[in-house]
Amino acid sequence: MRPFLYERATSECAAVQLAASGAPAQFLAGGTTLIDLMKLDVLRPARLIDINGLAAGAAGLIEEREGALRLGALVDMAQAAEHPVVRRKFPVLADALRQAASQQVRNMASLGGNLLQRTRCPYYRDRSWPACNRRKPGSGCGALHGQNRGHAVLGVSDACIATYPGDLAVALVALDAVLEIIGADGARTMGAAELHRLPADTPHVETNLAPGQLIAAIRVPAGPWTRRSLYLKVRDRESYQFALASAAVALDLSDGMVRHARVGLGGVATIPWRATAAEDQLVGRRLDGELARATAEAAFAAARPARHNAFKLGLGKRTLERALLQAAQMEL
Amino acid sequence: MGEMMSKVKVSTTINGDPVEYLCDAEETLLDVLRDHLGLTGAKEGCGTGDCGACSVVVDGRVVCSCLVLGAEAEGRKVTTVEGLATGDRLHPLQQKFLEFAALQCGVCTPGFLVAAKALLDRNPDPTETEIRFGLAGNLCRCTGYDKIVRAVQAAAAEMRKG
Repeated sequence: MRPFLYERATSECAAVQLAASGAPAQFLAGGTTLIDLMKLDVLRPARLIDINGLAAGAAGLIEEREGALRLGALVDMAQAAEHPVVRRKFPVLADALRQAASQQVRNMASLGGNLLQRTRCPYYRDRSWPACNRRKPGSGCGALHGQNRGHAVLGVSDACIATYPGDLAVALVALDAVLEIIGADGARTMGAAELHRLPADTPHVETNLAPGQLIAAIRVPAGPWTRRSLYLKVRDRESYQFALASAAVALDLSDGMVRHARVGLGGVATIPWRATAAEDQLVGRRLDGELARATAEAAFAAARPARHNAFKLGLGKRTLERALLQAAQMEL
Repeated sequence: MGEMMSKVKVSTTINGDPVEYLCDAEETLLDVLRDHLGLTGAKEGCGTGDCGACSVVVDGRVVCSCLVLGAEAEGRKVTTVEGLATGDRLHPLQQKFLEFAALQCGVCTPGFLVAAKALLDRNPDPTETEIRFGLAGNLCRCTGYDKIVRAVQAAAAEMRKG
């Protein structure tokens, strides 16, 4: 790793004040993305502000307030996955967390950091590849005409087809979660779906967070669909692997008819993907095999596969279809 | 840059003993354990949090020490594989790894032992599936995993007897 300046912050206020002055800084929480990419020389921050001390306050708590779930950003993935309220009332979140990474990584990674984890695209992670618009703006995309089996089919551009690798964020965008953001100039909120930016022609600008802004907490509203929810993840092996295709599904059913539906897709898109076209298919109809198939078709209607990842269309559709039918069968 | 980047002073507890050290900001906990403190049980495999050879327990939870900064150990309690045995008496996991020949080259073994101890501390009677999922973050490229799973099961049974 290249040398950097290390500082500790013990409050949210102190963290954002530190970040607002001096050399460009990154916040350090679990480090599972940041330290990894610093070792690979992909990220080169001049300064790290260690915010793990914030876990002693509200940022380290999981709370239920008026039915909504508030997840402190410094809660780690394992804590959230095992939390009884998360498991019972928001099973899609517990599913997504439990199926992610390894025990070690889940123990380390914070929820806020997990949302911000970077793509696993090898052209991004390995500096010996000269072309990566995400790592080096204007250098081209190695994946577009290279090895792209793991790459995205939704939300792609000619500049970047890198897959957003996370699971939790897929469930959060489906559930209309809201992020509490703090900066030196005060607090604001941002929809979880607004956090990540489509690559378009500026894939190096990955999020709508301004420099020095910090995710303090994630708020997840409860709805009549949150209990009947699940996350189905399909991958090359059964654990400790990123999704080839995944689906976050939350349904409100009445006598087999869909009153409300929330659908997110992972492993197939450049950002955590809210499949509104799929939701529109479902609402007001009886959920059976035929509707599940039609919904999956609608979800991937705009897909644009590359040379090696066309299989993700079929796999993604079947994953969503199965997730919908499994959710419909859940005993509440 | 050396002058600007002063050393970080850290006070921590390692295997029950209070320890103080100075480290560079960019040194990982694994670097500190191995290069400054002579605790060479934890190994560097991948260096990117994938293989688990560097597993140590921090505040009761197993982590990859290759992705933790040495500076982050301030005020925490760290247990390495060197802290498993009691004097000359091996921990039941170590004893069963020997009896079941659950290792060949041994590079992954300290990580497996530490991760398995953390697993059994939380779940004293895990199913085979729970062991396999629980230890998925530890990779072995020699033996396959069967003997490791058997050794953990046997150690768990012995530890439950007390």
